[in-house]
Formats: sequence, structure tokens, C-alpha cells
Amino acid sequence: MTHLTEEELILHYYGEAEGESLAAETHLDGCPDCRAAYGALQRVLNVVDSLPLPERAADYGAQVWARIVPQIPGRRRAQWAPWALPAPFRWAAAGAALAGLLTVAFFAGRFYPQPTKPAQMAKADPHAGERILLVAVGDYLERSQMVLVELANANPEQPMDITAEQERAADLVSESRLYRQTAEHTGDTQVAGVLDDLDRVLLEIARGPSHLAPQDVDDLRRRLEAEGILFKIRVLNSNVDQALAPASDAHRL
Amino acid sequence: MELTDRAYVAKARSGDADAYRVLVERHSRSLFRLAFRMTGNEQDAEDVVQESFLRAYRQLAKFDDRASFGTWLYRIAANCSLDLVRARKRRSEQLVAAEPDSREDPIAALPCGDPSPEREALSTEVRERVAAAMQDLSAAERTAFVLRHFEGMCIEEVSRVLECQPGAAKHSVFRAVQKLRRALEPVVGAAR
Repeated sequence: MTHLTEEELILHYYGEAEGESLAAETHLDGCPDCRAAYGALQRVLNVVDSLPLPERAADYGAQVWARIVPQIPGRRRAQWAPWALPAPFRWAAAGAALAGLLTVAFFAGRFYPQPTKPAQMAKADPHAGERILLVAVGDYLERSQMVLVELANANPEQPMDITAEQERAADLVSESRLYRQTAEHTGDTQVAGVLDDLDRVLLEIARGPSHLAPQDVDDLRRRLEAEGILFKIRVLNSNVDQALAPASDAHRL
Repeated sequence: MELTDRAYVAKARSGDADAYRVLVERHSRSLFRLAFRMTGNEQDAEDVVQESFLRAYRQLAKFDDRASFGTWLYRIAANCSLDLVRARKRRSEQLVAAEPDSREDPIAALPCGDPSPEREALSTEVRERVAAAMQDLSAAERTAFVLRHFEGMCIEEVSRVLECQPGAAKHSVFRAVQKLRRALEPVVGAAR
């Protein structure tokens, strides 16, 4: 008797054996060896199914949309109409706006005399420093993203002068050190890690040649893609936005 | 009557962001399932869902109207998951080299509802072995297996996501199942 091969058993399990399924079924009925092999296969695949899958709420799609909408062209944050958002996100937008006001208030306080003692400030708002770092990092990430997106979207069939991008990259590098050191100091390893990667990429751009041949443009685009730096920036930026919104809401309440 | 994906894609292409919102809301949960199966990590899966929709939006002009938007989106999410898994693996290897006990355990974050300590230990071991076996699959094997086994796609559909011939997709599934059998048969025997 010719036994079923492992591949035939797998195809039978997935119902992909086409016209041979009935033949395989008949063979399994009459062949204990193949039945045992098929049983072993079923047990392994059933165990694979036992890996738990985290559930997502019914409004998960709306949550995803709220996270990506700031990065959808034509739907930039500045052009948002908060009243057009679903109710839960209206609160988040209001919270983010409040965080902006708090930041302005903080910096205003740095430059104008005020009677509140620093200790009282710290007691009243222990997370203010963290929020300000987040706001500043968010802004920094957006500006870095703009430089990198311009380079990533450059036409690889034409030479390019990137002097302006290099100047902006150099400015961003000098700016990033403060944020990175603060993030390291506060133990925020995720922020510190992404800033470290970003710093390296920006430094490479700033120190590289200003006039790129088509091949150089293509190489640069590929390096940016391989680094996945834009992905990391977007994720971190989105996390920053999320961290700011509830913090601001809590502050408001 | 509810519009098809194709109709919403056409509207989104003409600049209607609300149409794209419908597509995001329609496909987010299935994309999360795929991303979680691919990455084995909840946070990574969230990141993949987000990035996949952004990539898809940027590439909307390249989408072939005759194809299925869902399949196209799956392809983007699968690639995005693989990018992330590879990046995490590289980072993890660097961390392991520096500190042998710092490996991330994706299973630790997953819920476990088994009350018996012995069964719990066994169940945990089984899940760890399953997760490790999945991680050991190559990119093509992992993608083909997840799409065929968990998402219930036929080989033809898997090949469209992988952009390969059906025969190659079929062999990726075979190799994945064979590897999983070799890795899991001992532990499955113990769990029976």
C-alpha cells in the first residue's frame, strides 16, 4: 500500500487536495499508519491554534483612524475641526490643545516674574516637566520627519542638491542632544533609543556630500528605508500625541 | 446599501479622507489579528496596523483597481510585520550579546486563564514553544502559514499576498508545517 505523503496530509488538512480529497479520506479510513500520522498533524496544528489572540473593541477601527489622521495629507492637525470628531476624540483634541496652552504658560512663567514657589509648582503639577519634554520632542520629531520625508521621496533618477536639508539636519542634531539627555535622565528608554537612531541618521546626512548623483539619491532612500527611521518616528510621535492627550485631560479634570 | 471597498478606494484617491476612514474602520481588526500572529507582540501589532494604513494611503495611487483592497492591505501589513520582526531580531541579538538574560518574552504579556499550577506550567511551556517555533520560521514561511492557517486564505490568495507562484506559496506552507511539527511534537505528546 502506498502511504500518503506529509504534503498530501497537509493539503488534506487544509482542504486543498482538490479532487484527491475523497481518495485521501478513503485511504485514511483503511490505513492506521496514515491515520496516526494525520492525528499527530492535527494535534500539532490544534496546539498552534491555542496561542491566545488579544481582542480589540468594536470601535478599534475608529481608534486607529484617530491615531493616523494627523499624518494623512490634507488632514493635518492644523486643519482639524475638533467638533467634527467623534465625542471621545473631541475630549482628546481638547486635552492636546490644553497641553499646548500649558506649555506656553510654562515658558511664559520662565520669562516673567511670578510669585509661586518652585516647590509649590512641583507639588501642584508633578508631571509638567514630562509633558513639556513630550511637547518639545513631538515638535522636534515632526521637523525631523519633514527633512527625511523630502529625502525619502526624492526622485532617484535625477541629481539633487541637499544643502538646505543638510543645514536643517545639522540644526536638528544639535537640538536633539538636549532631548536625548533628558530622556535618558528620566529613564525613557524608548524616546532615548529613537532619538539616538535619528541622531545618527541626521548626522550622516549633515556630514555627507551636498550634491548627490541619481545613484546617491537612490542609495540614501534605500538606507532610510532599511533603517526604518520614518516608521520609528511616526510610532514615537503617535505615542507622544497619545501620552499628551490623557495627561492633559487628567490635568483639566 | 453599503459601498464596496473599491468605491471607497476611488473616493479616497480623489482626496476624500472620510472614505479612507471607512476603509480603516472596516479592516483594522483583521489587520491587527494578522499583525499579532506575525509579530507575536501586542504593541508591535498596534504599530504595524498604524504603519500599514499610512503606507497604504501613500501608495493608494499604485493600487490596481482589479485587485482586492483587503489582499493588497494584507500584503502591506505582512511586509510591515516582517520589517518589524527583523528589526526587533537584530536589536534583540545586540541585547543578548550585551546581556544574556535580557531577551523579550512575548508570551509573558499574553493572558493565561488556566487555574491548575501544573497545567498552567505545561500550558505556558506549550505556548512558549509555539511562539518560539513560529519565530524560527523564515519570513515567507511565517507569512504563508499565518495567512493559510489563521486567516483561512486558500493557497491562491496566499500566493497573491506573497507575490509568488501558487506552487511556491504551497511549499512555504509545507515547510512551515514541517518545522512546526518537528518543534512541537515532543511538547504536544507531553500535553495530551
